[in-house]
Amino acid sequence: MKTATVRAGLQTASRGGIDAARRRCLAYRRRILDISQQVSALHVAPAFSCLEIVDTIYHELMRWGADGQSADTFLMSKGHGCMAQYVILEDLGILRTDDLDRYCKAGGRLGAHPDYGVPGIAASTGSLGHGLGMAVGMAYADRLLGADRSVYALLGDGEMQEGSIWEAVMMAANLRLDRLVAFADVNDFQGLGRTSETHPFFYPVPDKAIAFGWEAREVNGHDHRAILDAVRGRSGGRPLLVVCRTIKGKGVSYMENVPIWHYRSPDRAEYQQAIGALREVTS
Amino acid sequence: MRNTFAETFYEAGKLDERLCLVVADISPAGAIDRFRTQFPDRFVNTGVAEQIMIGMCAGMALRGLRPFAYTIATFALFRPYEMVRDDLCYQNLPVTVVGIGGGLTYSTLGGTHHAQEDVAIASAIPNMTVIAPCDPAETRLVTGWCTTQQGGPVYLRLGKAGEPDLTGQADEPWRFGRLRYLTRGRDVCILSYGSTVKLAGEVAAHVREQGRSVSLVSVHTLKPLDREGITQALLTHDRVVVIEELAPFGGLGPQVKALAWDAAARCRLDTFALEDAFHHVYGSHGELLSAHGLSREAIVSRLEAT
Repeated sequence: MKTATVRAGLQTASRGGIDAARRRCLAYRRRILDISQQVSALHVAPAFSCLEIVDTIYHELMRWGADGQSADTFLMSKGHGCMAQYVILEDLGILRTDDLDRYCKAGGRLGAHPDYGVPGIAASTGSLGHGLGMAVGMAYADRLLGADRSVYALLGDGEMQEGSIWEAVMMAANLRLDRLVAFADVNDFQGLGRTSETHPFFYPVPDKAIAFGWEAREVNGHDHRAILDAVRGRSGGRPLLVVCRTIKGKGVSYMENVPIWHYRSPDRAEYQQAIGALREVTS
Repeated sequence: MRNTFAETFYEAGKLDERLCLVVADISPAGAIDRFRTQFPDRFVNTGVAEQIMIGMCAGMALRGLRPFAYTIATFALFRPYEMVRDDLCYQNLPVTVVGIGGGLTYSTLGGTHHAQEDVAIASAIPNMTVIAPCDPAETRLVTGWCTTQQGGPVYLRLGKAGEPDLTGQADEPWRFGRLRYLTRGRDVCILSYGSTVKLAGEVAAHVREQGRSVSLVSVHTLKPLDREGITQALLTHDRVVVIEELAPFGGLGPQVKALAWDAAARCRLDTFALEDAFHHVYGSHGELLSAHGLSREAIVSRLEAT
């Protein structure tokens, strides 16, 4: 079955280095805040915590062909972070502006969780603990098929309490899936409070992955360069977990580490305040 | 049944390299071992971990492969239920979930190993197809269909091993989604599927001895159900009997009753299913079925009383 399918002419979408990445993410945050005004509820803070990670994956790691198709796969396992993915897919021309304008509305095709079949969405997620298992299946299939393809999956730290994640972590290592890279968005917040308070023995996170046979690194999850270096500097031969320390709601000071912004949309005054105060996230 | 599945899958696997088998630490029957030896990369054992068994199958199917997940029915369907629902059915992926030991087949292993509501639960999920063949020959045909079908997910309920031949003299060939008349009569129609077709055949023999003409039908495809075929059976027989090894909710019996109402059928209709109970009894498969009221004697007695 192994017929190598290395595609010629693949390149990343990378343009303009770190400064451009910061400008992009500022624009993405604005766009997400704009969309939040269309609906009463939208996962702003979960998207803001993982924005630099998802931006790095799409612009610096995934390789694109001239046909606009990526050779690689990104899977948003923490499905509620999908606004970060939607605005980037819009920027890349994979989703239409019209799609985002009709987010969560009748006649639209974008909901509050990614749905398989929508352009750019590799799998349906939303219920937590599903994405990594599917990513393991994809990476294994890629090896069977001899495909030159990497699979990137983004997990939430709360999501990592699901037992299914650890079944997937175990199998990924057992199968030596060295083209699988998982990112943990460790923003320390979940439904009932701080993860570090409810699950203090979750830390240090990289040790857990290493004990399961993965390579693991920990970085500032708002630092594009650190995220990229962690992936590029890997030893290889096994799956990689990049543990990204992040701040939930990063970029809007009154949202940072405040649980209500997990799901609520800002009202008009709060929106104005957020837009006025938005600055480039420097790290 | 299990061996027939294995042999059929192995033969199909030789022809279609997209076919993969993902098992959760279940000892493979003979031909599965041959598949594993011959195609080691297409055989994955996730160990005692059923959520990743289904999740991996979904990921592999998203890449164009045709994986089969395979383990004991309770663990194939109940343990990773949400993965079956979300990963396979919501995304409508061509993955066959093979549940062996459906119903009370593993009679001595206790309620933890009894899939007495599997067909009802699988049938409730949109996009899911549910099939339960009744003997090795039907298993061969069904398995062949599963390896080549172009639709979405399938739950394939199998027994264990040692089932007798019930369809060798069948009046009709197997066709997906259609009733299969093993014998065709005029007066009484007995509908059953999977492991209870044998019991249904014994009841049919008794009714025939009473001088009545009997149809015996394998309702192998539980979803999509052959509603038209069942309606015809209800309208052309004066008595219809449903026998199934399933909880009394969500299975064939309640659906046949609903169809009878819709069709204003005038036949006598009796349904026999497992009781809504966990019986803490042990013994042979037949003895456990008897504890639920599914025995030739109990069924015949009720039929003769009405």
